[in-house]
Amino acid sequence: MAKVTLVEAINLALNWELGHDPDVVLLGEDIGKNGGVFRATVGLQERYGTLRVQDTPLAEGMIAGMAVGMAAQGLKPVAEIQFMGFIYPAIDQIANHMARMRNRTRGRITLPIVMRMPHGGGIHAPEHHSESLETLLCHHAGLRVVCPSTPARAYGLMLAAIRDPDPVMFLEPTRLYRMAKQEVLDDGLALPLDVCHPLREGEDVTVVTWGAMTHDVLRAAEQLSLEKIGCDVLDLATLSPIDHGSILDSVARTGRLVIVHEAARNCGLGAEIAATVAERGLYDLHAPIRRITGYDTVMPYFRLEHDYIPSVERIADGIRETVRA
Amino acid sequence: MKTVAEFNIRYQQLLDDAGQPTGPLPDFARDPAQLHEMYRVMTLCRLFDTKAINLQRTGKLGTYAPCTGHEATHVGVGAAMQDADVLCPVYREYGTQLWRGVTLAEIFIYWGGDERGTNFAGPREDFPWCVPIASQCPHAAGAAMAFKLRGEPRCAVAYIGDGGTSQGAFYEAMNLAGAHALPVVFVIVNNGWAISIPVGEQTAAQTLAQKAIAAGIPGVQVDGNDVIGVREVMQAALARARAGEGPTVVEALTYRLSDHTTADDATRYRPAGELEAAWQREPLLRLRRYMESLDCWDEGRERALREDCTAQIDAAVLAYQANPKASTDSMFDHLFATLPAHLVEQRETARRYAVGHG
Repeated sequence: MAKVTLVEAINLALNWELGHDPDVVLLGEDIGKNGGVFRATVGLQERYGTLRVQDTPLAEGMIAGMAVGMAAQGLKPVAEIQFMGFIYPAIDQIANHMARMRNRTRGRITLPIVMRMPHGGGIHAPEHHSESLETLLCHHAGLRVVCPSTPARAYGLMLAAIRDPDPVMFLEPTRLYRMAKQEVLDDGLALPLDVCHPLREGEDVTVVTWGAMTHDVLRAAEQLSLEKIGCDVLDLATLSPIDHGSILDSVARTGRLVIVHEAARNCGLGAEIAATVAERGLYDLHAPIRRITGYDTVMPYFRLEHDYIPSVERIADGIRETVRA
Repeated sequence: MKTVAEFNIRYQQLLDDAGQPTGPLPDFARDPAQLHEMYRVMTLCRLFDTKAINLQRTGKLGTYAPCTGHEATHVGVGAAMQDADVLCPVYREYGTQLWRGVTLAEIFIYWGGDERGTNFAGPREDFPWCVPIASQCPHAAGAAMAFKLRGEPRCAVAYIGDGGTSQGAFYEAMNLAGAHALPVVFVIVNNGWAISIPVGEQTAAQTLAQKAIAAGIPGVQVDGNDVIGVREVMQAALARARAGEGPTVVEALTYRLSDHTTADDATRYRPAGELEAAWQREPLLRLRRYMESLDCWDEGRERALREDCTAQIDAAVLAYQANPKASTDSMFDHLFATLPAHLVEQRETARRYAVGHG
C-alpha cells in the first residue's frame, strides 16, 4: 500500500477505471501531455492514448456539451473544468442538458458523466481560481455533487462517481491536493455515494462540514476536546443529495448543530441542512443552530483569502459558543 | 501586405423556383419512387403543421413552433442521412424527424406539454428537441467523437437556426469538430428571421456558411427550398464525414412562412409583401412542378396523398388526445437511476396532492 496525496489518489482512480472500462474517456484543457494543471491526469495520455485522454479546445461549455453527446452514445466521459471559477459557461449544458436528459427523455437517454473541478481557495491562486460554488450545482435536480476530504475518500468516491449511471459533479478541494499523504489501497473498490462519513465521535455537538474545511474542523475539535467539548464531526462527502438521516441521528444524540463551509453563507448548503434539522429535529436541539461560513462577499484575492475562509479559531469559537449557549 | 489565405463559399441549386433542373440531376432525382417519398413526407409535414397550429389556436395544444416553408430542407437532410446516424434537432425539424421515424403523435404529445413525446419509439439514439439555442451543437460533436472513438461509420447531424449561429456554442462545436475531423454536419436553417431579428441585423457576415471558415472547415450554401439540392449537398457532406475527412457546415436558405411560434405575431416586425413573395418560392410547389414535368404526378395523386396524410394526422390527434396525463410519479422517476430518499418523500407528497388525482 502506497502513501499518496489526494491528487495522486484521483490519478490512481482515473487510471483504474481507464484500465478496466473501455468506455471511460477523459477530456479537458491541458489534461493530456501536460497532465492537468494540478497533474491529476499525469501519465494517463501516455498510457491510454490521445483519444481516451483528450486535450480539448479551450471552451468549458463545449467540454460539458461534448460530454453530453459522448455519454448519450454510451461512453463514460470524465471531464475536467480547470478551476471551479470557470464553471459558468458550462452551467447551460450542466443544468439544461446533463441534469435533465434522463427525465426529459423518460429514461431513453442517460448520461453517466463525471465533471471534475478544483474547488475552494487557500492556495495563493489568481482571481477566479478559488471559488466554492457547490450551491450552483446542488440546486439542480438530476445532479449528484460530491466533495472528498482525504486521499482514500477521493479514490473511492471517484470510482463510485465514474460508475454511477447519472451525472456526478466531483469537487476537488485545491488545498488538500498536496496537503497530506495517506495510505490508499489501489484495489478498485468504490465508496458509497449519498452517505456522510463520520470523522470523529463526540457527544456535545454535531459539526457538519465537507472538503477542505474538514481538516480545520478536526483541528478545532481537537482543541475543544482539551476543554472537554466532544464534537461529532460528519464529512458530508455527497453534497447533493444530502444524507439528512445521518445528520438528524447525530443531532438526536448531541442536541446541537454547527455547519461549517467555505462557500458564502447566503443560500449556501448550510441553510439547507439547518432548515432540515429545524423541520425534523427541532425538539432534539438544546441550542440554536449555527453556521460558520465564508462571508457574503466576493471571494477575495489571495492576500485576504485566509481571512475569508473560516479559520480554526473562528470554528472553535463558534462551536464553543454553541455548546455553552 | 500579401494574401496568406483565401476562401470562397459555393451555392447549390438543382431545381429552380419553377421546378426546372438547373443542370444534370443526381440519380435519385430521376427515380419517381424516391421523389414520391420525399414529397409525401414534405406534404405530411405541411399538413401536420397546419393541424398543430389549429389545435393550439383552439386550446388543444401548447405553444407550438411551426415549420411551414422548411419542408425541403428537413426532408432533404433526412433523406441523405442513414438510420444509424444521430440527429440533434432544434425544435421545429419535424420533416427530418418524420423521415427518421418519429411519430406524429409523439410530436403532438411533446407540444401538448408532456415529456413522453421525446421518448421516440423509432430513432432511439436521436436527441430530443433542444430549446436552449445552439446548445445541441456540442452534443452532435460529442456523439461524433464517440463514433470516431469506436471506429463506427456513423455521422451526427446538428441543426441550428440563423440566430443560433450568433451563439458561442455553435462556434465551439464547429471548432472542436474541425480540430478532430469529427463525422458531423452542422445544418444552418437560414429562414431569414430569428423571431423578430432579420439576418442582416444578426450579423455583418455576408453568408452564415462562411462562419465555418473560422473553424477551418468547409461551408456551403444550398437553396433550402430545393429538396433535390439539399439532399445532394447533404449526401456529399455526410460521405465526406463518413470517410473521415471531417465536418461540414451546410447553410440552407429558406424562409419562415409562419410566425416564430404560435405565441408570436410576425406582422409586428416583418415588412409588408415579404411573406407573400416568399410563398412564390415555397418548396412543395417546386417539387410538385418538377414531378409533373416528369409526368409522374397529377391532380389525382395529389388528392389521394392529401387524403392519406390527413387521415394519418387525424389518427395521431386521436392518439394524442386519448393519452392520459402522466402520474405525478413521472416527475420523480426519471431523475436518477435510483431515487434518493428525499425525493421518495416528495413523490409521496405529490401523489397526495395530485391535481385531479391522475
